[in-house]
Amino acid sequence: MPLLEVNNLEVCFGLRQGSVTALRDISFQLERGERLGIVGESGAGKSVLGFSIINLISRPGFINKGEVLFEGKNLAALKNKEMRTIRGNRIAMIFQDPMMTLNPVLTIGDQMVECLRAHRKISKQDARVISLQKLKQVYIPSPDTRLDQYPHELSGGMRQRIVIAIGLLLDPDLIIADEPTTALDVTIQAEIMELMVELCERNNVALILITHDLGVVSEVTQRTIVMYAGRVIEEGPTKEIINDAQHPYTQGLINALPQMALPGQRLNQIRGTMPGLNDLPSGCAFSPRCDYVLPACHEAIPALTKSGGCNVACHLVTEQNNLSEVNE
Amino acid sequence: MSQPASLLKINNLHKRFSISGDFLDQLSFKGGKITRTQEHVHAINGISLDVKKGEALCVVGESGCGKSTVARTVMNLLRPSEGEIHYAGKRIDNLSHRALLPYRKQMQMIFQNPYASLNPRMTINQALHEPVKFHNPKWSHGQVLDKVHEVMEAVGVDPSWGVRFPHEFSGGQRQRISIARALAVEPEFIVADEPISALDVSIQAQVLNLLMDAQAERDLTYLFITHDLSVVEHFGTRVAVMYLGTLCELADTKELFSNPRHPYTKALLSAIPKLSDDREPPIKLTGEVPTPVNLPSGCVFHGRCPYANERCTQEIPQLKPDGTTMVACHGIDEGRL
Repeated sequence: MPLLEVNNLEVCFGLRQGSVTALRDISFQLERGERLGIVGESGAGKSVLGFSIINLISRPGFINKGEVLFEGKNLAALKNKEMRTIRGNRIAMIFQDPMMTLNPVLTIGDQMVECLRAHRKISKQDARVISLQKLKQVYIPSPDTRLDQYPHELSGGMRQRIVIAIGLLLDPDLIIADEPTTALDVTIQAEIMELMVELCERNNVALILITHDLGVVSEVTQRTIVMYAGRVIEEGPTKEIINDAQHPYTQGLINALPQMALPGQRLNQIRGTMPGLNDLPSGCAFSPRCDYVLPACHEAIPALTKSGGCNVACHLVTEQNNLSEVNE
Repeated sequence: MSQPASLLKINNLHKRFSISGDFLDQLSFKGGKITRTQEHVHAINGISLDVKKGEALCVVGESGCGKSTVARTVMNLLRPSEGEIHYAGKRIDNLSHRALLPYRKQMQMIFQNPYASLNPRMTINQALHEPVKFHNPKWSHGQVLDKVHEVMEAVGVDPSWGVRFPHEFSGGQRQRISIARALAVEPEFIVADEPISALDVSIQAQVLNLLMDAQAERDLTYLFITHDLSVVEHFGTRVAVMYLGTLCELADTKELFSNPRHPYTKALLSAIPKLSDDREPPIKLTGEVPTPVNLPSGCVFHGRCPYANERCTQEIPQLKPDGTTMVACHGIDEGRL
């Protein structure tokens, strides 16, 4: 049984102008210890997906359809009280901005002890010992003094390490990291990413890494999901997606990176912008920006179909595969 | 072939911000005496740069290294604490507001966040009319209108959208409008402070292309501030690497990326996430960036530098030529690196 199984998940936001569907028909599986990347532009729904896995979608958002099976248990149907025994305990979440996630008026130690004692019946002294040990795991220098410091006394990279240490406190099976290094500098980003890979491998923790940075995804994850306008458009092993992307959008994203163009030359841009979720075009949501658009693209939404080692939602790819099958 | 003349020259620039409040806050009573103590953030410590006509000089560095302060000081939005800024041979940092006006027309700035740099209560037309009218007071309404239409078309924004307000546009479109506003007064020099950092990858490429097209068409000179080295490699003619308010290395883009000299530049380059599998592991820097309030003695990088020795902790390294590169490092000066 996979650790996490998401089946046909649909998340809607009930707004005054009517309901907007932020996620449509999302399905994927995650094994124990596996590292999965979710990439997409802002507004693609990648953060909503992260939030809905741990059932943190709050009004006006709601899970309309589908299930999130964590070790066979449907998280989408759990009551808040039951969810609290899983959230933070079995599944930890790391957010983008460590200054926003840490409480500025509590010391690091207080926050860690509080988190431990919310889930386990242990004494404050024992909780402090565990906290100290986790701080050592994330290579925080002089962890003893750090426990009594406040978040503002630490640098951005140090704060994100503390957030990771808090995530690890209860030995979770799954960590969801939502743009964990976007607010950090490149040298610190490299350190934090290396640390996360090391910790996941050592403790056999699964990781869902939500990011817009394809470079980070290619370094950290084994499998990647590319999202566009609330749907999965390509899914497969990270190496295959980076080296041999099949969906025109994924290709465009990779080719748009400055490192893919010759110095001084124009970059390969994708024209236009992602449509808003309340005025999606008919058919494939990417069709107005796509260079290879077919008549079918304006009519039907392409389904995720197997192609090579990946699953791709594109009429063009499906058609090409059908043709080559006929030829064979 | 003669070297292109430098358009902008920065001479030994310093900028300090006081963080100890007003005069009364600075007084304290100690040991029977009233003493006055002042604390400063040393944002820039002695930077000398020149921007040549027609080039794109990129300034890179991590957050807090003072790169935005350089941009703002060059534009005279901040007054330097020490040092001089020369534009086209004339000193401009000590000019009065009125004397600066002709320079403002030649130097324009593009800001990082297009959500904050456009007035939400002005339509795009109003936002673009204002600078054109202000700098060309004798122009008729029709002339102004023509100019506004021309720049809107140049950046790929439909002129009929001019009646709309900024909130009706996406981030990429807003940044295009900010660029149009900078181009509207026909400047020759543009300071761009992280113009693409707030945008998505696919939109970043569009805006970078736009900036490059504008440079080719209008013969612009850029001072481009960014933290993203992969953009620099693509966009810059020369690169200046900053660390904690000082310049570590200044080199041609190709030279910097193929043969970085300064240990900090090396670490910075190795930390860029790459798509290929065969990259070397990043060079790990130990420790944290020191605060600019109490600057370390000697080389500002010595606390994190794996090659630091006695001399690095005491003496501030000067920018010296090494091949075509200018680099400030004792290790290179002594031939250790």
